[in-house]
Amino acid sequence: MSYTIDQLKEVAKDLRIKCIEILTEAGSGHPGGSLSSMDLITALFLNKIKRTKENALSPDRHRFVLSKGHGVPALYSILSHLGLITPEELNTLRKLGSRLQGHPDYVALPYVEASTGSLGQGLSIAQGIALAGKIDKKNYKVYCLLGDGEIQEGQVWESIMSAPKFKLDNLCAILDYNKGQIDGYVKDVMNVEPLADKLKAFNWNVITIDGHNFDEILNAYNQAEETKGKPTFIIANTIKGKGVSFMEGNNEWHGKSPSKSECEKAIQELSSVK
Amino acid sequence: MRKAKASRVTFGETIAKLGDKYPEVVVLEADLAKSTYSYMFGEKYPDRYFDMGIAEANMIGTAAGLAFSGKIPFICSFSCFLTGRYDIIRMSLAYPKANVKLIGTHAGIAIGEDGNSQQGLEDISIMRSLPNMSVIQPVDDIETEQAIEYAIKHKGPIFIRLTRQKLEPVHSENYKFQYGKGDILKDGNDLTIFASGGVVYYALQSAYHLEKEGINARVINIHSIKPIDEELIIRCAKETKRIMTIEDHNIIGGLGSAVSEVISEHYPVLLKRIGLNDCFGESGHPDELYTKYGLDINGIQSSIKEFMEKNQAIIV
Repeated sequence: MSYTIDQLKEVAKDLRIKCIEILTEAGSGHPGGSLSSMDLITALFLNKIKRTKENALSPDRHRFVLSKGHGVPALYSILSHLGLITPEELNTLRKLGSRLQGHPDYVALPYVEASTGSLGQGLSIAQGIALAGKIDKKNYKVYCLLGDGEIQEGQVWESIMSAPKFKLDNLCAILDYNKGQIDGYVKDVMNVEPLADKLKAFNWNVITIDGHNFDEILNAYNQAEETKGKPTFIIANTIKGKGVSFMEGNNEWHGKSPSKSECEKAIQELSSVK
Repeated sequence: MRKAKASRVTFGETIAKLGDKYPEVVVLEADLAKSTYSYMFGEKYPDRYFDMGIAEANMIGTAAGLAFSGKIPFICSFSCFLTGRYDIIRMSLAYPKANVKLIGTHAGIAIGEDGNSQQGLEDISIMRSLPNMSVIQPVDDIETEQAIEYAIKHKGPIFIRLTRQKLEPVHSENYKFQYGKGDILKDGNDLTIFASGGVVYYALQSAYHLEKEGINARVINIHSIKPIDEELIIRCAKETKRIMTIEDHNIIGGLGSAVSEVISEHYPVLLKRIGLNDCFGESGHPDELYTKYGLDINGIQSSIKEFMEKNQAIIV
């Protein structure tokens, strides 16, 4: 089955609330980049990857590698929605002994597909999984979510150079282009533009979308799936802290958890959205 | 007697030979195929061989993804270039226990004229400090062959340090490589020499020469630097009371450190570490370099004699 756009919106809203709750409970973490990627992740897991308890570790499953590891509250939230993490465990984020480490830990929780958090490494790993899929003639697709600040890392460009060489049309990179990083706006810290031109020059299929518009998101995923002979790069324009007005576009909320009262305020606002 | 052979050559021959037996094996290269001898696998199995270009970080990450999908990737480059991508190895391989085999060739000053930039001299130290990472340095062709096959069967990341230079055979054809175990090449009671890699042969020759001068050295080849044979090291400390380590590597963090960690914790005795004394390498003929840095037979003999003159000041 597939979710309707309205259903996706509803789930994404609930997952944003979960993100805020668990970050508040944890007392630290990264709300800005979790909220900005929530629609991309929700649409991917529910309508494209179609992750279930049954297929979660199947060798034929579609993969999702979270290269921007600090956005992991969004990933844990969707895994919880799918029943792969219990609500109780979801609240153990960043706590001693938890499988829900501050950044994804593949050994503790194999559903995350890779250990990330040191930026720039996930796309190479996703490429390796895609390459194995080609060798074994498997039909699975590999999706990799990157942050915009993250693509300042040199290794990202090594993988951007190599994936087209191997014609990895089973690989789809998704950029959560929320324009902010710890030290400020991406354009000021280290501008990555003109990004689409750069990626096209590296021989990727490039699609630019509004990363909060489910129609555009799903169309992009479909286009990526249909494109043959080269990997796809989806540049998704997003808003850091999306859904919580006092967080939106404010880089202060890159790596700071909400207080109890901020949490209540955020949830109230998120809940009131139709 | 077999001819001397570089362990990088044995690697290339072995991995190409084992390709059919282990269909999960894939090999990744970073534009040094003719130097690491990975090309031998590539010629035989072009569909399982990937030249990643001069981009080691991406090669390491790609190998992790292949390993997570059931492959057994071997990644090849000069040891200093491979281990120089420390954070990628730490996060993409060691932390998630990725089943990737790191082949670092051109270890040590013995590569000669290319000089410091190509000489892996801190690689053991870097790799040894990573949890989940094993470190192996084979001594000759027979041991390299078996270590490579062992690496395929080993679950998890393993770093294998290989040489550019030819290695004189130390073992007979009947030799059996045992992971994690020291390998006694010569018995003796006056001191124990722990050596690893290309210098083992020189240590052994030095020990034979010194027998004529009344110094009876025990010589042990340490191919498994991590995990290291603690039991054997402690036994040798107790039995010979003096311990020397010899390696073509910085004396900080390598074999010397690994051995001294064991004896200082369990049975402190006199210790002398021979290797690069916290300095970088340089250009020169390999023989000249080994003479300059005290790793040739004469240099090792002098170090042993000097060490034997030290007063026995055992703490235990």
